[in-house]
Amino acid sequence: MAELRRFLGDAWLVAARDLRIEARSRVVVDQVVPFALLVLVLFGLALDADHRTLRTFAPGLFWVAVLLSALLAVHRSASVDQSDGTLDALRMSGLPPSSLFLGKAAAVFVQLVLLEAVLVGGLLVLYGVEVVDPVLLVVAGLLAGVAVAAAGTLYGALASGLGVRETLLPILLLPVLAPVLIGATRAFDDALGAAAVDGWAWTGLLAVAALVVTVVGALAHGVLIED
Amino acid sequence: MADRYRDGVPVVDLRGAVALLGNFPALAGVDLTVEPGEIVLVRGPNGAGKTTLLRLCAGLVRPEAGSVEVLGHDLVHERRSVRRRVALLGHATGLYDDLTVVQNVHFWARAAGLSAEEATDRVGVAMVRLGVAERLFGQPVHTLSAGQRRRASLATLVVRRPELWLLDEPHAGLDQAGRDVVDVLIGDAVASGATVLVSSHELDRVAVLGPRVVTIAGGVVVDDTGRGDGGGSRG
Amino acid sequence: MAGRDERRDTTGSRGSRLLGCAALVGLAALGVLAFVLTGPDVRIHPTTGEEFGQLDAVRMLYLHVPMAVLMYVSYLLCAVASVGVLVKRTPWWDVMAHSAAEVGTVLCGLVLVTGSIWGRPVWNTWWEWGDVRLMTTLVLFLLFAGYLALRRTTADPRRQARRAAVVALVAVLDIPLVNRSVAWWENRTLHQQSTLEELKIEDLTLFTLMFGFLAFGLVVCWLILQRFRVGWLEQAAIDHGIEAAIAERRGETSPAELDAAVGGRDGPAGEASP
Repeated sequence: MAELRRFLGDAWLVAARDLRIEARSRVVVDQVVPFALLVLVLFGLALDADHRTLRTFAPGLFWVAVLLSALLAVHRSASVDQSDGTLDALRMSGLPPSSLFLGKAAAVFVQLVLLEAVLVGGLLVLYGVEVVDPVLLVVAGLLAGVAVAAAGTLYGALASGLGVRETLLPILLLPVLAPVLIGATRAFDDALGAAAVDGWAWTGLLAVAALVVTVVGALAHGVLIED
Repeated sequence: MADRYRDGVPVVDLRGAVALLGNFPALAGVDLTVEPGEIVLVRGPNGAGKTTLLRLCAGLVRPEAGSVEVLGHDLVHERRSVRRRVALLGHATGLYDDLTVVQNVHFWARAAGLSAEEATDRVGVAMVRLGVAERLFGQPVHTLSAGQRRRASLATLVVRRPELWLLDEPHAGLDQAGRDVVDVLIGDAVASGATVLVSSHELDRVAVLGPRVVTIAGGVVVDDTGRGDGGGSRG
Repeated sequence: MAGRDERRDTTGSRGSRLLGCAALVGLAALGVLAFVLTGPDVRIHPTTGEEFGQLDAVRMLYLHVPMAVLMYVSYLLCAVASVGVLVKRTPWWDVMAHSAAEVGTVLCGLVLVTGSIWGRPVWNTWWEWGDVRLMTTLVLFLLFAGYLALRRTTADPRRQARRAAVVALVAVLDIPLVNRSVAWWENRTLHQQSTLEELKIEDLTLFTLMFGFLAFGLVVCWLILQRFRVGWLEQAAIDHGIEAAIAERRGETSPAELDAAVGGRDGPAGEASP
């Protein structure tokens, strides 16, 4: 029990650090969230569509925007630990890598949830959607957020230190998140009344994906940050 | 503090240690034994392997061949266990630019396993001892000068009270006051019974403490005053 | 493989040449069987009396099905080898994982192509988003394309081996999730079930299919073997290079440099290091 408290305490320490850094540098708030909204606008321009069409496609467009923005958020999260010898210092501190992973993933998760909330607002205003099932929307959004944050943190660490993280991270991360994209879109289809599907069944799939990715990430992180 | 490991066990015991940087053998067979409480100056030309030697002892570099034991831990098989007992000061600061000095030192203290109370106690003391100006405590690190950053960096290490200090050119890039602070640190470490390995080109400053001098060139120890003339292994 | 003559300048050996010949013969025979000897899939509709069926497109299956199965086998081999990389840490596992992944990805690409060619007359389109297997294979291809891209980045070999192993394992673990999500997705569309079950698999058709497994099995074995040997030689060359570098490094410092480095220790300010 004490070990679990220690473990969670360490994770909380790391998450608080990342969130504090974000609060000061405001990279996600100032740059990533506007980017996400920009993607929604671009879709609107490119599809040259009316509200009816946009409402049909809104769930898919939403999650594509989230995934693309998540790339930026994850990249930013990973670069915090690459600056000025902090990764060496982290290794020297003896902090368990799984706590490090959990803390970082939690911080990315918080940022993603914030992003999703703003984007839902964007959908309401720009695409004219209506929220039919808010509970489903929130649960699916949270679970998908966990999956994306965990997978992103895993691959963010993996792609680090190679000098090509910007280009390598997307091609590693996005295929793995294909089931999350499919599942979250279908869940949102149900929650926004865009299609007749069983959103809760899909949410179950999201839960499984979130769990698997989190466990694998925690186990693999130690291997990935070592030289 | 110096008695935290068994008596008679050297703090550092390297035999034929080989370490690679990529495919390049930075260390090509180092023999070195350091007893508890010693101060050792490591010197040699650039590219000789001094930094790699220190990182090897810190457990950050994997030994390719030979035997490496630090503080009784076998680093060939288990590198992580020794790290909390060792402090490595390199060229980088290990500080988060966006956080304040206090937040940084506090974070690293907690990360090293100190409780919140211990951290709070030690952080203030360390920063004062190392001469970090109080008006800077709440300033983000990126606003600090290089000298102040180095002091903050040292503070993050001091709070851990390590048994082995590995200092890689600690005086480099500092002004007179900054260098004095490093000397204070080394003095404190020695007084507390810790063991110190310093890599430096500033022989006169460190020589005052009367240390043993180990000379490294081409990845091997070519001279070692602690072992008599011409000690160490040469190809 | 391990411990053999390092100065070999070719990856061939008597055994592998024999295997290669057998594979070629097998492929040729398969070609004859698939494209000449077996007939097209023509069936008579019970009520209208018309002919229907996949006609000549069915010939693609003799290539497609064995390759798909062997693709999964290769990727499974890669996954097992990746576990070996993380647990055992010897280079053998890493070279095997890389070889299996490369061969598997080539097969994956061919599966997609043959599947697309097969599907064209049946679906009237080159790509069918609704086909579960095709979609899963596409994602699998993308996953391992990422793996191969990672392997090509320059990094410390041991570190790269471990990272690649993690990518391979996550990819393999992801496949059931992908399969489930795509399958559920498909239930929404009015898409016909796989037509594989409808075929009359018997006699010559069955034999050709089985023979296809054998022929492609030989080819894949040969490919993995050759690829492994190339990787192994690369590894041996690197090891040899490291040993030479160590020896060179130890003899690196000339006597003059040595004196300069050592001689300063008695002086108050130390001589400038070279």
